[in-house]
Amino acid sequence: MFNKTVKELSLGLSQGEFSSVELTQHYLDRIKAKDGEINSFITVTEEQALNDAKVADQVRADGKAQAWTGIPFAHKDIFCTEGVLTTCGSKMLENFISPYDATVVTKMKQAGSVCLGKTNMDEFAMGSSNETSYFGKVINPWSTKEQLVPGGSSGGSAAAVAAGLAPIATATDTGGSIRQPASLCGLTGLKPTYGRVSRFGMIAFASSLDQAGPMARTAEDAAMMLNVMAGHDAKDSTSIVKDVPDYTANLNNSIDGLRIGLPKEFFNEHLSSELQSILQDSIKQLESQGAIFKEISLPHSHLSVPAYYVIAPAECSANLSRFDGVRYGHRCEDPKDLMDLYQRSRTEGFGDEVKRRILIGAYALSAGYYDAYYNKAQQVRRLIKNDFVSAFEDIDVILSPTSPSPAFGFDAKGDDPVQMYLEDIFTISTNLAGLPAMSLPAGLINELPIGMQLIGDYFEESKLLNVAHRFQTATDWHTLAPKNI
Amino acid sequence: MSIGPDDINQIAHLARLKIDEKDVPKLCGDLDNILSLVDQLQAVNTVDVVPMAHPMDAVQILRKDVVTETNHREKYQAVAPNTEDGLYLVPKVIE
Repeated sequence: MFNKTVKELSLGLSQGEFSSVELTQHYLDRIKAKDGEINSFITVTEEQALNDAKVADQVRADGKAQAWTGIPFAHKDIFCTEGVLTTCGSKMLENFISPYDATVVTKMKQAGSVCLGKTNMDEFAMGSSNETSYFGKVINPWSTKEQLVPGGSSGGSAAAVAAGLAPIATATDTGGSIRQPASLCGLTGLKPTYGRVSRFGMIAFASSLDQAGPMARTAEDAAMMLNVMAGHDAKDSTSIVKDVPDYTANLNNSIDGLRIGLPKEFFNEHLSSELQSILQDSIKQLESQGAIFKEISLPHSHLSVPAYYVIAPAECSANLSRFDGVRYGHRCEDPKDLMDLYQRSRTEGFGDEVKRRILIGAYALSAGYYDAYYNKAQQVRRLIKNDFVSAFEDIDVILSPTSPSPAFGFDAKGDDPVQMYLEDIFTISTNLAGLPAMSLPAGLINELPIGMQLIGDYFEESKLLNVAHRFQTATDWHTLAPKNI
Repeated sequence: MSIGPDDINQIAHLARLKIDEKDVPKLCGDLDNILSLVDQLQAVNTVDVVPMAHPMDAVQILRKDVVTETNHREKYQAVAPNTEDGLYLVPKVIE
């Protein structure tokens, strides 16, 4: 049962093959049996989940069930959940029981779904390997001899779904944090257009880049979850007033004549030959369905990582200044004065990577450097966006790699943070531009999954899901599961 | 440009963080590496380019000027480390 898609589970529930209580218990049992090795959950909300499942079964008995009624899933521990521990992977929030729900949490509740618990993540979503979580690293369920990273920052969500501990999970993406773990765990993950999903109650990292989306087994499941997550929210002033289409409506559309761009800057000599050939096979598959490929150029894309590592730390240093040890979060013992309270609470509560980014951000925003760093990066950001805008005049979708390589070992990137930052070289530019993008399984390298990335024009999530679904209808990479789960 | 121990201490003070003396050299190196990555931006011609704050250049939507929020003080203060009579407690600021 654990390898079924949400679509299949929804059908099974509606046909009475199993109840939501049985289904929920099945996943809770799997979490108990397997998560000791994987560490993908920070909190399991067993009692609440079984109660919610009972309610869902009653709703179904009353003939009022909808697509999501009684479907179990997991939330990334970045979403505030009323009455439930919400840590953001940090010691700072080790004891934080959220007094309110994030809008995404409210929407999933209203849809009648059953939350199994909160998944592990890089601290404050800063990382590409899940090594920075205060609650311990997450192990990629595809690991065999050597323990491998699940990617990050939504590594707990990805590992949980890949291991069949939840059929689907919420995730967030600031520079690749949905797509890169999806690539490394063999999943389908979608980062929507900036402003498509409300950020209210989603603990902020870099507010102009953060966006929530689904971590799923298939494009169809991702479409189903986006239907629930998307929409304007008066509580998030950056969310966009725009109708939400039914993302499942166009999944089967023909892609005959669809124009797909291949950015020459991404298909360069640094790409491994294995990944090169996987992408070529994917291109051939889509060509066989009538898609037309052409080379495009994104001339400023090499500036994405540099621009990101000014903008993201700058916004993080401003956002994380709220953690002062006064209103909530970690507070040091016996502060001798207010400065000591601030300094020690923050120093004890934040991990090394978070501190590093706060320092970089504080430096980039400090007197005399603002123009040279933050303003400059925001200008370059517009150039990066303009590249995409011109490209989309001639094409419908862009295809590229998601991550440079499949899952790597812990500590593989050494102790130079820049090496880890380069993990997101293909994903960051879409966050800077605010475009929707997804990763879906495209093949195996050394028996480990690796994804390809599809990037769409603003609010064209449906088109991405359509291409991904057509690809998944013709291939079976997305059905592969780790051997030892 | 290279980051020295004085810079680290100054930035740390601005960010209300304390850096252990022994961690300063490593941090100088890390920040230097990150800044040299970032320095690629300086070579780009950005004359007349408007900085981009929101991808859709969206503007703030205003709501009606009516009270919509109710008082949740007790609920919100329940997660505070230290409160008294509805107030957050901090060490004495004024002698």
